Amino acid sequence: MIEAMALSKRFGSIEAAKDVSFVARDGEITGLLGANGAGKSTCLRMLYGVLTPDGGKACIDGIDIRGETSKARAHLGVLPHAAGLYNNLTARENIQYFGSLHGMTAERLRSRTAELSLALGMDGFIERRAKGFSQGQRIKVALARALVHDPGNVVLDEPTNGLDVMAIRNLREMLLALKGQGRCVLFSSHVMQEVAALCDRVVIIGGGKVLADATVREIRERSGAATLEEAFLQVLWDTEVVS
Amino acid sequence: MRTLFIVFAKEFLENLRDRRTLLSALLFGPLFGPILFGLMVSRMLEQSVVESDVPLKLTISGSQHAPGLTQYLKARGAKLTLSELSENEARAAVRGGGSQVVLLVPEEYSRLFTAAQPAPILLFADSADSQTRKIADRTRRVLAAYGSTIAQLRLQMRGVSPLLSQPVAVNEVDVATPTGRAVVVLGFMTYFVLFALLMGGLYLAIDSTAGERERGSLEALLSLPVARAALVGGKILATCAYMCISLALSLTAFVCVFRFVPLERIGMSANLGLRTALIFFAICLPFVPLGATLMTLVASFTRTYREAQTYLTSVLLVPTLPIAFASIYSLKTRSSLMFIPSLSQHLLMTSVLKDEPILLRDVLVSAAASLGVALLLFVLTARHWRRETMLG
Repeated sequence: MIEAMALSKRFGSIEAAKDVSFVARDGEITGLLGANGAGKSTCLRMLYGVLTPDGGKACIDGIDIRGETSKARAHLGVLPHAAGLYNNLTARENIQYFGSLHGMTAERLRSRTAELSLALGMDGFIERRAKGFSQGQRIKVALARALVHDPGNVVLDEPTNGLDVMAIRNLREMLLALKGQGRCVLFSSHVMQEVAALCDRVVIIGGGKVLADATVREIRERSGAATLEEAFLQVLWDTEVVS
Repeated sequence: MRTLFIVFAKEFLENLRDRRTLLSALLFGPLFGPILFGLMVSRMLEQSVVESDVPLKLTISGSQHAPGLTQYLKARGAKLTLSELSENEARAAVRGGGSQVVLLVPEEYSRLFTAAQPAPILLFADSADSQTRKIADRTRRVLAAYGSTIAQLRLQMRGVSPLLSQPVAVNEVDVATPTGRAVVVLGFMTYFVLFALLMGGLYLAIDSTAGERERGSLEALLSLPVARAALVGGKILATCAYMCISLALSLTAFVCVFRFVPLERIGMSANLGLRTALIFFAICLPFVPLGATLMTLVASFTRTYREAQTYLTSVLLVPTLPIAFASIYSLKTRSSLMFIPSLSQHLLMTSVLKDEPILLRDVLVSAAASLGVALLLFVLTARHWRRETMLG
């Protein structure tokens, strides 16, 4: 479970996040939806602890990310916005590097890598160097790298960005599989169809604030719109009118 | 500690597979200096060997007017080519490169010489050509020696002591040891050693910081449950390892190159054997972490490979500054200078080359100062890595 509690962050005069609160539950996929520059990345970065919030706190499975960073991160897998690989290392070495930094034993790493390789369909290229990997192969390795320590929670920042159709489809299946394993999945996106197709809950962010936090159906019903896209626009429009 | 080792092992392996790193660390850096240097020194030596070993070659015209002089030149081992040239022909011969120096004895020479008047001799040479200039200088010296011999004889014949014409007797005492003389030539070698040392870690320092950011693996790395100081520490350690390899290769190359440079032929010994190389390695070793941390710190502020390269190229020049000062002010090894990194290494290495004794205390102070600066830079680097701005 990932909890954001009244998170706020400003960069100079820009308030990137204002009093952001939401909960991403286990066994669910939570989508963080917002336009570019809405503050999604800032929120996620505070959740995985590379940014320090000016106010509020973030907890992973009830562990404060600022207070006990290492312990909280052990429960968290992160796929940041930029998820580059080391081109001179093989897929396996890329994954094992992160695993060993998580403190995993060599034996555990071996079995876990084999597990992930099978689950993500990486057997064909696991021993190849990352140089020349396709986007689909890269995202698989990056995801495996984020999951190597078997975390209960996974945060993905715009994971579908720049991926082709096949890779997006693959990723979608992988996220659903994670949900099926009872993990808490939180990902950000500015593509509504993606969120509508995958998510159990949607948190809509605009101007650094949470505009809506509900299930996809609830949002649709509340706004009286037929699709999430219309609902999304409705939410943005409503808040603009109100504020 | 575990993190440190894991990061070290990964960076070491990754860069071992990188052609760019290998080329600069293991080939260009260590070999560039010694080879350039070997060529430079042997060329310089060849030129100075010419002076004492090769006979003076001269073309002389009108030698029949000055038989005494001709005899004297022959006695001094000069190789004379006798010919009959007019003034213009002599000029053309030197310009055309046919002969390098031409002595032209005019007809009135013998008359004036016998009359004890200044007898003219024309010396044709091209002062723009450094080879010719040297021969001309030698010719001038021989002619001056001949002149003073004749002058002394004339004075003696007239019953005057030739000593009267020598109010001052200058005796030069050259205190340079054979190795000391070589040091003038070898002075710049220390810079090449420090250059190779830095080059060895240059690309790794860039790759593990700006490179990590550029390829987008940095944020994932920073999201791991590990101490940032250990992360960057491991990177610096890997950089150090490459620098040590580069340093060792560079010194080995120097030892090999000086096997082939004929320093002994002009009475110098380079004093650069295996033992000296090992001492050099020990002297330079404390400078390795300093260079690695400095390069990593600078590269950590940059966003791209290219930007990092630009900044680090100037860092490569940093060790030259103290060395340049040292040669401008001709500084000698002194305990108070041991606090300045790169300068202290330069001075200590120079002392070793000169075969001068070096104090263990100086070596220790030099090492402690370098390591101290390295530690300070490391604290700054680790602090920078803990900042949010590291994400870029």
